[in-house]
Amino acid sequence: MNIWLNFLLDSLAFGAVFVYGSTGEILTEKAGHLNLGIPGIMCMGGAGGCLFLSMVGQSSLPPFLIVLVGIFGSLLFSLLCGFIYSTLTITLRANQNVTGLALTTFGVGLARVIVNKLDPVKYLTSTKSLFRWPFADRTDSIQYMGVLFFLAIIIALVSGWVLFRTRIGLHLRAVGENPATADAVGINVTRYKYVATCIGSCIAGLGGLYYIVDYMGSQEAYLSVEALGWLSIALVIFVLWRPHMTILGATVFGVLYSVGSYLTNVSWIKVTMATTPLLKMLPYVVTIIVLIVSSIRNKKENQPPASLGLSYFREER
Amino acid sequence: MEKQIALQLRGITKRFGPVLANKHVDLDVYRGEILAVLGENGCGKTTLMNMISGIYYPDEGQILIDGKEVVIRSPKDAFDHRIGMIHQHFKLVDLFSAAENIVLGLEKKGRYNLKEINAEVAKIAERYGFHLDPAKKIYDMSVSEKQTVEIIKVLYRGADILILDEPTAVLTPQEITRLFDVLRRMKEDGKSIIIITHKLNEVLEVSDRVAILRRGEHIATVNTDETNEAELTEMMVGRKISLNISRSAPVNAVPRLEVKDLNLFDKEGIQVLKDITFTANGGEILGIAGIAGSGQRQLLEAIAGLQPAADGSVLFYNPKKDRPVTFYHKSLKKVKEMAAQGAFHDRNLNDVSFRGMRDKAIRKWVESGDVLFREDEEMNLRGKDPLEIRQLGIHLSFVPEDRLGMGLVGSMDITDNMMLRSYRKGHAGFLDRKKPKEQAEEIIRELQVVTPGVSTPVRRLSGGNVQKVLVGREIAYAPKVLMAAYPVRGLDIGASYTIYRLLNRQKESGVAVMFVGEDLDVLLELCDRIMVMNGGRITGFVDARTTTKEEIGLLMVRTEQREEEAHE
Repeated sequence: MNIWLNFLLDSLAFGAVFVYGSTGEILTEKAGHLNLGIPGIMCMGGAGGCLFLSMVGQSSLPPFLIVLVGIFGSLLFSLLCGFIYSTLTITLRANQNVTGLALTTFGVGLARVIVNKLDPVKYLTSTKSLFRWPFADRTDSIQYMGVLFFLAIIIALVSGWVLFRTRIGLHLRAVGENPATADAVGINVTRYKYVATCIGSCIAGLGGLYYIVDYMGSQEAYLSVEALGWLSIALVIFVLWRPHMTILGATVFGVLYSVGSYLTNVSWIKVTMATTPLLKMLPYVVTIIVLIVSSIRNKKENQPPASLGLSYFREER
Repeated sequence: MEKQIALQLRGITKRFGPVLANKHVDLDVYRGEILAVLGENGCGKTTLMNMISGIYYPDEGQILIDGKEVVIRSPKDAFDHRIGMIHQHFKLVDLFSAAENIVLGLEKKGRYNLKEINAEVAKIAERYGFHLDPAKKIYDMSVSEKQTVEIIKVLYRGADILILDEPTAVLTPQEITRLFDVLRRMKEDGKSIIIITHKLNEVLEVSDRVAILRRGEHIATVNTDETNEAELTEMMVGRKISLNISRSAPVNAVPRLEVKDLNLFDKEGIQVLKDITFTANGGEILGIAGIAGSGQRQLLEAIAGLQPAADGSVLFYNPKKDRPVTFYHKSLKKVKEMAAQGAFHDRNLNDVSFRGMRDKAIRKWVESGDVLFREDEEMNLRGKDPLEIRQLGIHLSFVPEDRLGMGLVGSMDITDNMMLRSYRKGHAGFLDRKKPKEQAEEIIRELQVVTPGVSTPVRRLSGGNVQKVLVGREIAYAPKVLMAAYPVRGLDIGASYTIYRLLNRQKESGVAVMFVGEDLDVLLELCDRIMVMNGGRITGFVDARTTTKEEIGLLMVRTEQREEEAHE
């Protein structure tokens, strides 16, 4: 029993990576921009955080300041990526898919260079426990639930509330659905798009930092951030563009993603090297099923924003 | 009680390039009245109203509200001066509820509480007698409900001057009555309402005063109860501008397309075409008149192979008589079969039979061009899709009403759009881009398409130029039958006449032209015969040279076809 409870808690903690990535992507998509640069942005967010932490990790600053510096570095790097993406797709109206994919390639590569050059002792060993406050002393699964875990939950809930319960959210959704109408009633479409895309990037970037420094706490962790980024984009479809639902969806994804390693504990199931990759594709299979079901039901509310992927230019008919 | 002037226009002038859209227009609008702005299409009604609502800015003149001069540069400025315009094309977010659309864009202080907003919206709706559920989503709404949302959106923003651009164009008669009731109630509430229309009966029914515009000029403003339909028409049309379409008499009108007892059902199983029987002749323009949605579009689509007809036949007479047989659309086997039936003769009018000949010899003979068709080919198009029709060698052109949806691909350039017709040509699987490009350049030159170049996406062109590209492509296909649905809809006068000239030229070269139009004056001047449809049936044929608008109007609303008029 204890194994399974641990498994669930672990999946929840692991899922926080997806919560960050998906919430960021949802905000961007609700503004009508499909940001496929999320995996790259998450890598850059992680790398930026690590870089800043390595500068202050062994200093005598108070712990909460060190954590803040790490978060600041992460935000700075992902904001930069988000700004590049916004400028290209909003102002210059470049193709969103191409821009996003290019940004992923760029971000993943640059992040690897940065993290590889850093000394793990400086940014990981010395700061890991700070991020795991208030459960830094524990050794069970709860130890993973630190500052950034709770931040993820708060961000998802707040994003959901803003999006569906406030005027700003209404305007943002209008921009993603029908920018011409939004423009006609005096909403500044460009500003909404910029702000949503940049905030979305910042949120996603924190996911990279959380995974490398907090959840995994190992130098090799940065290698798998990109894969988690792609899963986050799949999760957006899984939760049908609802930020608060990412918490639940991310747990499901976490369970599916790591179920393989836990099945080895069950005596009557044999998990071999060959079956593990099969189990790892489960989240994608579930996403495809959700896509099929939501397409068949064809409920308007569950469809992607109507102008997703289209650039808006006022003078164009 | 003295009536207060709410809005005054003084000497408003607006130019679009060399075109003068409005010329020194003076207009007064009082509080608590309904003013109808009447005029023909393209007379500058909408332009004038767009200047009041901030979409355009006048070149000259002043706008005064409550006696004070104001500057309106954007829709937001207009709202600040309590002016609201309801456009013909609604600007609503489909996924949002009515209330959400109504408050969209408002930066009000305080919490965003949908419940309170719903209550406020319901209150406004109740006050003016609208039927509206604030929580209903736009995608679940009918056109009339959407219009209601637009009107309440304007009222919610506190507008005192409401401008409605052709509000009745999309409504059913019952919905129009309801709208007029609401307008009267708003009038009693002290609002000024400007309604743009070109329908006389509505003007007489609902308005207090009528302002007549003609070719950008304000002709007169009269009190509705002191005028009548005849007087208004005279002022609206003025000296009748004769259409400069030179219509020639049909030469050699031979039956080209014969539709017999065609029936068509839509997806829901409702009959949209019933027992359609007519003949379209080569060298003649057949006009198709009727209220929008009477089955004109479906008829053309059924002929073009886009809608599968339930029964009946569409016979096409391919003008092959005395023309050489080719292998272009026929296999050797088919040619041999036809020869056995005596379908061919040689240059000396002797029967051609390939009996006892080797394939190679037959091939040689046919390719020499000495084997000729004895008669026109007769082919039934029903049940064939556009590709099959094309493969039969039938040149059938269709200019659909939805230009950028069905006719052209908006994001592709002119050359690529030409290739939609010719992409099957070319060698060994490679596309031939050279000829379509030459063709595109020719169309741009011949039809004076205003475009930066052949590689501009057609979506960027103006409506008239898009239509020129589409019509140009269809004509370049050298059609035997040319079908055009509302080809001048949304086009300015100049572009419209270009299209009319093109259709006329096709007619003169022997093409059977079918023209679906909504402007009866144009139908009367352009066509040779006019077929009138109502509710999916043909209600009559008239000779365009001798008939009158009234006669067609009667046929447009008649439900049964009278026998004696069926083949006039």
